[in-house]
Amino acid sequence: MKKYRIVVVGNGMVGYKFCEKLLAKTKDFELVVFGEEPRVAYDRVHLSAYFAEKSIEELTLAPISWYQENGITLYLSDPVTNIDREQKKVYSHHGLELTYDFLVMATGSAPFVPEIPGVEKDGVFVYRTIEDLDMMKDYAGKATKGAVIGGGLLGLEAAKALLDLGLKETHVIEFAPRLMPRQIDQAGSDILAAKLLELNIKTHCNKNTKEILGENTIQGMAFADDEKLEVDMLVISAGIKPRDELARLAELEVGIRGGIVVNDHLQTSDPEIFAIGECALHQKAIYGLLAPGYEMAEVVASYLVNLKEELAPAKKFTGFDMSTKLKLLGVDVASFGNAFAQEPDCQTITFENRAKGIYKRINISLDKKRLLGGILVGDASQYNMLLQTANNNIVLPPDPEDLILGSRGGESDAGSGLMSLPDEALICSCEAVTKGDIIHQITENKTFSLDDIKKSTKACTGCGGCTPMVKDLIQCTMKAQGILVRNVLCEHFSYTRQELFDLVKIKGIKSYDGVLDELGHGDGCETCKPAVASILASLWNENVLEKGRATAQDSNDRYLANIQRGGTYSVVPRIPGGEITPEKLIVIGQVAQKYGLYTKITGGQRIDLFGAHMSDLPKIWEELIDAGFESGHAYGKSLRTVKSCVGTTWCRFGVQDAVSFAIEVENRYKGLRSPHKLKSAVSGCIRECAEAQSKDFGIIATEKGWNLYVCGNGGSKPRHAELLATDVDSETCLKLIDRFLMFYIKTAEPLQRTAPWLDKMEGGLAYLKSVILDDALGICNELEQEIQVLINNYKCEWKEAVETPEIRKRFSHFVNAPEEKDPTVELVPFRDQIKAKDWNVLA
Amino acid sequence: MEILEDIKWIKACSADDIPENEGVCAYINGEQIAIYNFKRRGEWFATQNLCPHKQQMALSRGMIGSQGSEPKVACPFHKKTFSLETGQCLSGEDYKIQTYPVKVSNGEVFVGISEF
Ligand code: SRM
Ligand SMILES: Cc1cc2nc3c(=O)[nH]c(=O)nc-3n(C[C@H](O)[C@H](O)[C@H](O)COP(=O)(O)OP(=O)(O)OC[C@H]3O[C@@H](n4cnc5c(N)ncnc54)[C@H](O)[C@@H]3O)c2cc1C
Ligand code: SF4
Ligand code: FES
Repeated sequence: MKKYRIVVVGNGMVGYKFCEKLLAKTKDFELVVFGEEPRVAYDRVHLSAYFAEKSIEELTLAPISWYQENGITLYLSDPVTNIDREQKKVYSHHGLELTYDFLVMATGSAPFVPEIPGVEKDGVFVYRTIEDLDMMKDYAGKATKGAVIGGGLLGLEAAKALLDLGLKETHVIEFAPRLMPRQIDQAGSDILAAKLLELNIKTHCNKNTKEILGENTIQGMAFADDEKLEVDMLVISAGIKPRDELARLAELEVGIRGGIVVNDHLQTSDPEIFAIGECALHQKAIYGLLAPGYEMAEVVASYLVNLKEELAPAKKFTGFDMSTKLKLLGVDVASFGNAFAQEPDCQTITFENRAKGIYKRINISLDKKRLLGGILVGDASQYNMLLQTANNNIVLPPDPEDLILGSRGGESDAGSGLMSLPDEALICSCEAVTKGDIIHQITENKTFSLDDIKKSTKACTGCGGCTPMVKDLIQCTMKAQGILVRNVLCEHFSYTRQELFDLVKIKGIKSYDGVLDELGHGDGCETCKPAVASILASLWNENVLEKGRATAQDSNDRYLANIQRGGTYSVVPRIPGGEITPEKLIVIGQVAQKYGLYTKITGGQRIDLFGAHMSDLPKIWEELIDAGFESGHAYGKSLRTVKSCVGTTWCRFGVQDAVSFAIEVENRYKGLRSPHKLKSAVSGCIRECAEAQSKDFGIIATEKGWNLYVCGNGGSKPRHAELLATDVDSETCLKLIDRFLMFYIKTAEPLQRTAPWLDKMEGGLAYLKSVILDDALGICNELEQEIQVLINNYKCEWKEAVETPEIRKRFSHFVNAPEEKDPTVELVPFRDQIKAKDWNVLA
Repeated sequence: MEILEDIKWIKACSADDIPENEGVCAYINGEQIAIYNFKRRGEWFATQNLCPHKQQMALSRGMIGSQGSEPKVACPFHKKTFSLETGQCLSGEDYKIQTYPVKVSNGEVFVGISEF
């Protein structure tokens, strides 16, 4: 049988997806791909991440080897310049000439640049390709004030890019009366604008740009209302323009405002030529999002396969739900279904909390039975459920406002709601994966991990927005199947941390290899090693670098310091309670000067010295220890700092001596290894200057003694601590903390802070209180004794390290040249000090 | 099969210099090479010291272990893992690191450098 040749024009996201989908169905076609860009298809949706952490390799959808392995001929940097439809041939820029049986145009779109006088000036950019980003990066160094024309999804992305590039001021200029006019309404836009302002992005709606000012380089913008704005960098993001120039040249039918006209099979006016993605005009609509593009790729792939097997076309493209959920600059924005439906055609329920920047709106049918659509700004956690409820016509509960206010109190019903969805409910719209598909993987193929579900169904691999829902679905389905959801450590240990903790204790094992020999299998890995090392430290509190334990430590513990960009380390001496003498301050300054370290006051009331070469660490610590300092354990999952406020020693409001108590608490628990780090604070009165309520355990002075709070934290998910005991004296307070910490150490999962530990505890705070205050389990005595052993075993591990030759020997970069420093470390001058050079990732 | 004639064995350090189940970095022919004493498996491995993810000289400071039967090292920076046998990245990305043969004789560790 003849092998048809398919030529794909464009190696963007949709062009790539077409190849992937076709290959999944059959290998009976010959595939040739032409791409205009110099690199293989990459993830445009996460383009902005290129400014932050992500490298090009991470954004690449599939490496070149994938194309080779699948027999695809790929020409990059070689756009197709002409199509001869008579002869069924394409001609490329580099002069290639190739016949095709079918042609798939996936040429995407280009940014639409309005004809504003001055757009050609230097410093004006568009935002679509890696090259655009590279040019912006080069230019941004000399710019301080930036603007973006266009307040839609891409414009706001671009504004974030300007922030990431370090511009001091960023403006967004929108022609329409509101931001993201296609997704959200005026009230939503107002909330969003307020949120953006907090991030230093000023938005100007109803504003029409008349001219771009400056000689050859942009210096400002002039508007139709005669106002002016000084800027030295501008990104234009005023919409997209389908790339239909090749189609026009080949005299295919195009729309009045651009776009290659296609039917429901995505055929252009020439039935052997298809168009998919952002270049295609289907029923007068261009789809500027990924999910519809992927759906188009699927429709064409299945059309071609069916054609070959002489079957009737199976699937049609019949338009696409444009519901979206985005995280823009950390702000959730979502709209779904008929977002703009208005009374009297429907009933609208809105909820607004200006202080928190949250706006929610749902439109429900007049009989209050169905959800038509809605808008969410600031908190879109209910998006997936709402979308499913609308799309699947699920009958609403009697109080539909619960949908946006959340069920108040009681068990979380997110999971049960999920389980009530029909099997056809689309969970991942990018990859068209239904609830049924996922359940099938779990129940039939016994696929239980998120990673494996991603591999087998491709769910979560597009925009990633459905990940939380898929996680919930796995949990709920497994529970419903009666499958025990056990949090075992990893492939080397079939125990939970708590089980392992007890077993190691009973057996009295003191080394990682010993634990692996007796209780595990295989050779261990980067997950179980630090977890077991932490258990060993919490049980015995012996030096973490002795008895072969060093190799099981996470890298920071292994070198008793945090590794930094470039490979240097930081030094954080303990400064209990934040109190320090002038003499000690001087020593820190001298040491920093001598070893060329960058110094900074940390958020934890102490001083961090950055940029130490590994081989200098023992020398630096030797000098600090001589001056009376000890390790601050900034690298360990252990007690960090106990912050204090001055309390009665100086403050006119203080009711207890907060500094003395903070120092006592810090010295008591220093070096205590635990499942995650521990932070504490002591405030001298209810004004709470030490922020004790944001700590794992926090203490606030009262007229009569101390109030003890537990299980709070800052970080990405801040949690206020809960009140455990009131008006207790110092001794009782310490006793309660002893019990609390030891109970946490024994029962938490690896890397679980106290707040999530409490969240997951059955019975919650009431249970915790019964264990710690009322001794409901009869273990308080034991807990107190166990922690006392650990406290007695405390030694400064840096002191031991510098005094023990075998340990000290580890601190050299080259085994065969111990005095040499790593020559690749680059430190650059920075505001009178130094800093690490940026990641030097090759482009 | 390796063509041993083309490999030059260069002495890196003495076997005692490399703690059990740990790696060190040696400076060989102007290159930084990480050498691992995988005591648990009774095997020695060597790879480039540079992590391809963010170009950090760090692999010798990583934790070693296994995935299935494949020995691997995890970079201390972002925990990307690489096979010590093939150099292939095992955390789903398209990186590959150089690996080198190692031999230990009379208590000394040698790394094999290909002579091309
Ligand atoms: C130095 C410091 C920032 C500063 O310049 O002020 C800092 C620096 C680091 N923090 Fe932090 N954190 C610092 C205060 C904080 C605070 C504020 C506080 O403690 O009052 C928080 C939020 C409060 C909290 O933890 O509840 C904080 C939340 C985090 C988190 C998120 C923890 C969480 O549970 O969500 C991480 C990541 C982690 O631990 O896994 C982190 C991790 C880190 C690491 C260790 C990241 C790393 O692995 O390289 C940073 C390197 C430190 C170094 O090289 O020495 N840092 N970090 C602060 C050191 C305080 C100290 O003296 O020990
Ligand atoms: C910053 C940014 C953020 C985004 N965020 C989201 C989001 O959160 N969610 C979402 O759903 N969508 C988002 N999008 C939109 C999404 O990226 C596009 O919908 C998707 O990339 C469209 O795929 P495509 O293949 O049609 O076009 P493209 O990815 O643009 O690919 C087209 C390719 O064809 C090439 N080409 C053009 N002409 C020729 C020719 N003649 N010969 C050879 N090659 C040619 C082009 O150079 C290009 O490489 C975002 C886009 C950007 C720029
Ligand atoms: S917030 Fe903490 S972890 Fe994040 S960059 Fe700052 S210091 Fe590093
Ligand atoms: S630098 Fe090695 S994993 Fe990132």
